[in-house]
Amino acid sequence: MTTAAGYNFGYLDEQTKRMIRRALLKAVAIPGYQVPFGSREMPLPYGWGTGGIQVTAAVIGAEDVLKVIDQGSDDTTNAVNIRRFFARVTGVRTTERTTEATLIQTRHRIPETPLKDGQILIYQVPIPEMLRWLEPREAETRTMHALAEYGLMHVRLYEDIAQHGHIAATYDYPVVVNERYLMRPSPIPKFDNPKMHRSPALQLFGAGREKRIYAVPPYTAVRSLDFEDHPFEVQRWDACCALCGSRDSFLDEVITDDRGGRMFTCSDSDYCRNRREAGHAPAVTASEVSA
Amino acid sequence: MNAGEQPLLRVAGLNRSYGSRVACADIAFELYPGEILAVVGESGSGKTTLLNCIAGRLRPDRGSVEYDIRDSGLRDIWQLAEAERRMLARTDWGYVQQNPRDGLRAAVSAGANIGERLMLVGARHYGAIREQSAGWMARVELDAERIDELPTAFSGGMQQRLNIARNLVTHPRLVFMDEPTASLDVSVQARLLDLLRNLSAELQVAAVIVTHDLAVARLLAQRMLVMRGGVVVEDGLTDQVLDDPQHPYTQLLVTSVLRAA
Amino acid sequence: MYVAVKGGEQAIEQSWRLLDETRRGTNSVPELTLQQIEQQLGLAVDRVMTEGSLYDRELAALAIKQAQGDLPEAIFLLRAYRTTLPRFGATQAIDTAHMTLKRRISATFKDLPGGQVLGATYDYTQRLLDFELARPRRRKTDRAPAETSAPLNTAMPRVTDLLGDEGLIESETPLPGDPEPRDLTREPISFPADRATRLQNLARGDEGFLLALGYSTQRGYANSHPFAAEIRHGMLAVEIEPEELGFAIAIGEIDVTECQMVNQFHGSATEPPQFTRGYGLTFGNCERKAMAMALVDRSLRADELGETAASPAQMQEFVLYHSDSVEASGFVQHLKLPHYVDFQSELELVRKLRRERAQ
Repeated sequence: MTTAAGYNFGYLDEQTKRMIRRALLKAVAIPGYQVPFGSREMPLPYGWGTGGIQVTAAVIGAEDVLKVIDQGSDDTTNAVNIRRFFARVTGVRTTERTTEATLIQTRHRIPETPLKDGQILIYQVPIPEMLRWLEPREAETRTMHALAEYGLMHVRLYEDIAQHGHIAATYDYPVVVNERYLMRPSPIPKFDNPKMHRSPALQLFGAGREKRIYAVPPYTAVRSLDFEDHPFEVQRWDACCALCGSRDSFLDEVITDDRGGRMFTCSDSDYCRNRREAGHAPAVTASEVSA
Repeated sequence: MNAGEQPLLRVAGLNRSYGSRVACADIAFELYPGEILAVVGESGSGKTTLLNCIAGRLRPDRGSVEYDIRDSGLRDIWQLAEAERRMLARTDWGYVQQNPRDGLRAAVSAGANIGERLMLVGARHYGAIREQSAGWMARVELDAERIDELPTAFSGGMQQRLNIARNLVTHPRLVFMDEPTASLDVSVQARLLDLLRNLSAELQVAAVIVTHDLAVARLLAQRMLVMRGGVVVEDGLTDQVLDDPQHPYTQLLVTSVLRAA
Repeated sequence: MYVAVKGGEQAIEQSWRLLDETRRGTNSVPELTLQQIEQQLGLAVDRVMTEGSLYDRELAALAIKQAQGDLPEAIFLLRAYRTTLPRFGATQAIDTAHMTLKRRISATFKDLPGGQVLGATYDYTQRLLDFELARPRRRKTDRAPAETSAPLNTAMPRVTDLLGDEGLIESETPLPGDPEPRDLTREPISFPADRATRLQNLARGDEGFLLALGYSTQRGYANSHPFAAEIRHGMLAVEIEPEELGFAIAIGEIDVTECQMVNQFHGSATEPPQFTRGYGLTFGNCERKAMAMALVDRSLRADELGETAASPAQMQEFVLYHSDSVEASGFVQHLKLPHYVDFQSELELVRKLRRERAQ
């Protein structure tokens, strides 16, 4: 095991890790509740994943296999940077394969490949408070959570429907965890919301700058807010992935030229590669091959 | 009057000071279901402090404020858990501010403003909420076609009607009003007072109205309290107090209004 | 076939190299030494130590060098290092009444015991660019040393203590039981925050932010009628009391700037009319920061003094949640990170709304 000289395994000292683990235990015990914790200053900027990094540092062990994604991809600069950071300060094995990982730190996506029992998904959270745009005062939002006064959230959804004909929130879509706490799922697209519901994996959320930790234990109910006559629904694309032909995954739009040319590809790079390795291809390419 | 009937609100020995200044001293009164009580006095008389103390917004230093809660009877609202008090405030009570903008959410439409309380108590059918909002707009004489417009698109008098509809949507039994017409033009005031009188008769909702305007008291209230320097100097049936004031201060108030008129 | 953006790893490594080369500049110019920064850019070092909450001139100089003089970046570097340091204990409270002073001015009394001592200040330099400085030169040794280098009177009572003797200013007594202040770097802030916690936050706060807020209180957003009772800058002994010894020992000296503002107060139900205080303290010579901090400290006491808190500088949550440059800079700059997924979702929505409108 090789780790960076002069730093403890996982960068944080053991005392700090214990403090974070205590906060995590409390968070797991009260699903969806935001636990204040003594967030440390990390060698990465606030807003760049310091919460997720501290959670990962607190739970990672020498036997773990770590995957880090940003926007679904293992190869975006921020994901690379965080993966290198942990490789440097823990020496653990890293992977790009969702199925191989025991810990997955993520920004803005949940992998397309269903997670399994025993895996931990760690979200980087910029603003943990779902009610923040409706009520800026922390003292008041804490009271609203304590009394489960969440009607205001529906006022916002009502207004969306009144103005646009449907709920306009597309990411950071509000959920209720275990039928009790209103929770902000970090800015994942609402496409990913259903994956949180009764997931076999443990889901941990870290907000470093805002100094909050929250959690969804395995097999816990996560319900996206909606109205009876305007049920929650996820995005669908007309196109399929231009690389693997998938019609079920979240697609990134890529601009290919300055004449309006564009294509869509899977945002989850590991999922896309697996499909291509298994022989999947977009319909056009397949017909060309057979011709 | 009201013999044998249980009061809706019973205030006893209520005191509240700001530092050494006494804003309310030993206030006591009862309010019966469907009754409208006006609290009259000039600014600084303690009437708004009294309103806030009985509406659960400002804790009194001493005294009790008992309210007839639907399933448990008369209970001191300041002994309730915060959750119960907040629940009362958004279901069984209403609160109409002097400036309607303080009561409305400026960033959401008229329909959302009226529907808010319904959603706070668990309504989850968009169509049904909208229908109720539209219905209440009609009852307060607003054009229901304008349900998706923001409050700022309405005039001051219309905003106050929106604010009233927003409060009445859960069928409260008691509404607190703090100078509800004071920020409006005289012509608009008259229409709003008419509306309030009709609504209170129709819905049998009780109200405590704080006002400096004796005409408002005369038009709406069956009974009134006259406050000065934190003390109730006179109380009784509105017509009696206004036609035959006993306390010199009330006499002065009545004659000064007459002179002004 | 299109290949998704790859090679984040190499890009990062190249970027590190470029940064290193840019930082060094051309080889024909000698490299900056830490001593040069410490000696000749001392005020930058002072600010980085103050907002970095670490008193170490050499490390601050290193951070400034590494950050190419970008002070918020240097503050961040120092903070990220500080967080890994073990804690051996807490020092005794410092006593600014017994400083070795380099500067001491009062705007409230023309003369006072110990007198006014201007010290080294830019206040009266007339701000004309000094072209002499454009050429290398040595510290002048051919003239008598500046007068302030003569030791100053050590008995210089603080102006606020003089006012206190007459009972004209609120007394500053420890809270019942004299509780340990909480450590903001170990425990998250919660509201309402007590004054010790607020001062800790402000001491770490961004100078520019506090300056603007303090300024706003002078322009009518929370008028608090401040007077600079005293600003003092000098050296102070730092002492610790190891448990096994049972008495305090000095472990070194630090350079600090303290500002005490006094403000009008007309009295309340429980308090007679008297002056109230606003307090500012920094490492090194950060006078502007200390003064701004004192203004904001006073405005944040609105609730406690029964004043209406209606202006930004009086709102605890607003001030304390937005004062930290490391937090602010990180979150503002995180907008550089990819937001493809959120943006894609918004893009879909806008297209959908436009389609619906066109129908």
